Amino acid sequence: MEIRPILASLRKHRIPAVLIVLEIALACAVLCNAVFMIGQRVADIHMRNAIDERGISVLTLNGADPARAAADIPRNLAALHGIAGVKAVATTTGMPLDTDAAVTGFTITPEGKSSVNTAEYFIGSDGEQALGLRLLQGRYFNADEYADSGLDGFKSTAHVMLVTESDARRLWPGQSALGKRLYSDNASWTVIGVVADVLAQEPAFSGGGGRYSSVFFPLRPQVELSNYVLRSAPQDRERIVREAVQVLGKLEPAAVVEGKTYEAMRAEYFADTSSMAWMLVLVCVVMLAVTAFGIVGLTSFWVQQRQRQIGIRRAIGATRGHILGYFRTENFLLSTAGVLVGMGLAFGINLYLMMHYEVSRMPWYYLPGGAIALWLLGQFAVLGPALRAAAVPPVVATRSG
Amino acid sequence: MFGYYLDLALRSLKRNKVLTTLMVLSLALGIGASITTLTVFRLLSGDPLPQKSAQLFYPQLDPYPKDQPFSRSDKMPWLMTYADAMNLMHARKATRQAAMAMTQAKVTPSTAGQKPFFSDGVMTTADFFAMFDAPFRYGGGWSAADDDNRMPVAVIAGFLNDKLFGGTDSVGRSIRINEHDFRIVGVLDHWAPQPRFYGLRLGGHDYGTGDAVFMPLQTARADGMTPQVTLSFGSSDSTKLETAPSIWLGVWVQLSGAADAAAYRTFLGNYAAQQVTLGRFQRPRVSLSGLMQWLADQRVVPDDVRLQTGLAFGFLLICVVNTVGLLLAKCLRRSREIGVRRALGASRGAIFAQFMVEAAIVGLAGGVLGLGFAELGLLGIRHQPAEYASLAHLDIGMFLFTFVVAVLASLIAGLLPAWRASLLAPAPQLKAA
Repeated sequence: MEIRPILASLRKHRIPAVLIVLEIALACAVLCNAVFMIGQRVADIHMRNAIDERGISVLTLNGADPARAAADIPRNLAALHGIAGVKAVATTTGMPLDTDAAVTGFTITPEGKSSVNTAEYFIGSDGEQALGLRLLQGRYFNADEYADSGLDGFKSTAHVMLVTESDARRLWPGQSALGKRLYSDNASWTVIGVVADVLAQEPAFSGGGGRYSSVFFPLRPQVELSNYVLRSAPQDRERIVREAVQVLGKLEPAAVVEGKTYEAMRAEYFADTSSMAWMLVLVCVVMLAVTAFGIVGLTSFWVQQRQRQIGIRRAIGATRGHILGYFRTENFLLSTAGVLVGMGLAFGINLYLMMHYEVSRMPWYYLPGGAIALWLLGQFAVLGPALRAAAVPPVVATRSG
Repeated sequence: MFGYYLDLALRSLKRNKVLTTLMVLSLALGIGASITTLTVFRLLSGDPLPQKSAQLFYPQLDPYPKDQPFSRSDKMPWLMTYADAMNLMHARKATRQAAMAMTQAKVTPSTAGQKPFFSDGVMTTADFFAMFDAPFRYGGGWSAADDDNRMPVAVIAGFLNDKLFGGTDSVGRSIRINEHDFRIVGVLDHWAPQPRFYGLRLGGHDYGTGDAVFMPLQTARADGMTPQVTLSFGSSDSTKLETAPSIWLGVWVQLSGAADAAAYRTFLGNYAAQQVTLGRFQRPRVSLSGLMQWLADQRVVPDDVRLQTGLAFGFLLICVVNTVGLLLAKCLRRSREIGVRRALGASRGAIFAQFMVEAAIVGLAGGVLGLGFAELGLLGIRHQPAEYASLAHLDIGMFLFTFVVAVLASLIAGLLPAWRASLLAPAPQLKAA
């Protein structure tokens, strides 16, 4: 396809051409960044979490009498265990993605400084089974360790701990974490086991590096163990939550009991993120539609304006395919100019967002991705008007209008 | 003349229904999206106490050790230790001053059968209500003497009074909070500053229906209530927060003018310097922010909302460019008509005016439709899970702003086509016909 006549004609219609290029450039810039942000949010929503998410239900018990917790917790656990379908039940101080986080910095030397906020989970006996932790190395806590461990302030008086595989790799790269010690505020603990990555309590608060920074301590029954974790088959969860809330409500009439499945907890935590992702999707779709309509409108105008010329070309031997090709090539040239400017703009917007918001660098492949999307959109939008142009009969050239 | 242009514009718009619909729709979508996000943005970044915010200040001190700073980027600590907060309270250097922390308060209704529930509680000191202009339906706040004597008194919110006492005057009655009886001394009218500036960094919600119970700080602490947020800079025992190296209190002061603020800043500086000599502090730096400044510094508007607003305006820009293109296409197509009008004596100005009127009509139509889209968008936002969702409504200001934006956007979009149209020389257009 000869490009020179197209360029010559575009030079005569500078303003509409510039407008199309501008529109494609803006659309490309917004599209790249929006899709990148959608991708990040979808990745956040689907962050893996090595507990039995589909089998866990969580009851929270708040406002119970602290003095009676040591006696009441074993009684409550026994009662909850009696519900049909409950495979394991245990208490914890918190769950991944509940928003009331307890975090501490841990270091591998007594005087070190920590730059990561690590989520602390204190679990009551059988906690590993109820949560469905996956042990990769070492062992879980034994009965004595559960029975002997308390809290001083919000610091464990235990001597042992579990760490996640991410932390094991971050803290002791290339070595086994087993038997190593972690320090915090003049206290220290020995790592006895490494579990698969469990999310931090509030991953957003811990930042990228701390997303899987979680440690587990054993804890004997006391009032801080306010989460009851029940594990069952997924289809039993709804019924078990209902029954468990009743059972616990009867046993603890002065306290406030709430229950939900872990999947519901997770959905609640990510509700804002997922609505933002949907918003971005909506904007992208509408924006692409608007851009396509703009291209259709301007090209139709061009086609109508050039009826005579098209007729002449057809009369002196151009085929329908030539005419179709002409408009498609023209659109391709405009789109190319648009996406070139657009990719620069997209990169600039990303830099600006990185400076002012918690947005990371956009991987390079988003730029050609956005470019291809707009090329395709342009070709699709120009098809209608171009087909109409190709349908112009040669006889038009001989008419005076 | 205007009537004639109006008639011409309407005829022209009617002639090309698809193009007109596209223009109006495109402008309306852009405007709808921008107004929706702008309404949310304004809601979130608004002034929580317009009549008082200029007089309210948030002092900050730095009790952290030098080698273990509060933040790596050298931010001032958000909260205060109990000792510092009480020293500022007792110094009484401001017109009014109050220290506060948020707590989850378990309220046990007195009627049998009703279950206990948790509600948002504020542990604070006597000046809180007068300083923040909290309106009372019944009774009033407590006194500084009540603070010092650790009196079991409480102020409750109107909605809690409705729930527990059916809206009747409950002053003098008792309410059971965390297994302790408190005597109600006041019931607030509806009071929920948006954002809840005084609770920022203290935990709980930034937006929403407001707090339910207010108790004297020392009384609540003596009854074992704990603050929602504690940040420690040394080994500490959570049960002895009053003496621990922990920050957990927000302090607000009321100062009547710039001179007072400067004097208070000097006082704070002297206080910090004194604490350094005493060995309690290692760094004498202080800060005193006005309310709006504090909200801006703490980025109370979520990043997502800022991004959405930016995105919506980018989208509006695309829509305006699109409308420019379509208007241009539309008016260049009518070069013959313009030629005839020019030949019959219409001036360039008249042609220009005619096309601007046409653009303005597109703008007005886009504005009306955009308003519909904005209402739809806000309806969608009200069904979102965010805590500010229920507050998202279009106000009169935004309503008018929609039309100004729409007409302005369309006039800007119309400028180029109108100018191009007015430049056309009449003769060639007539000849071509």
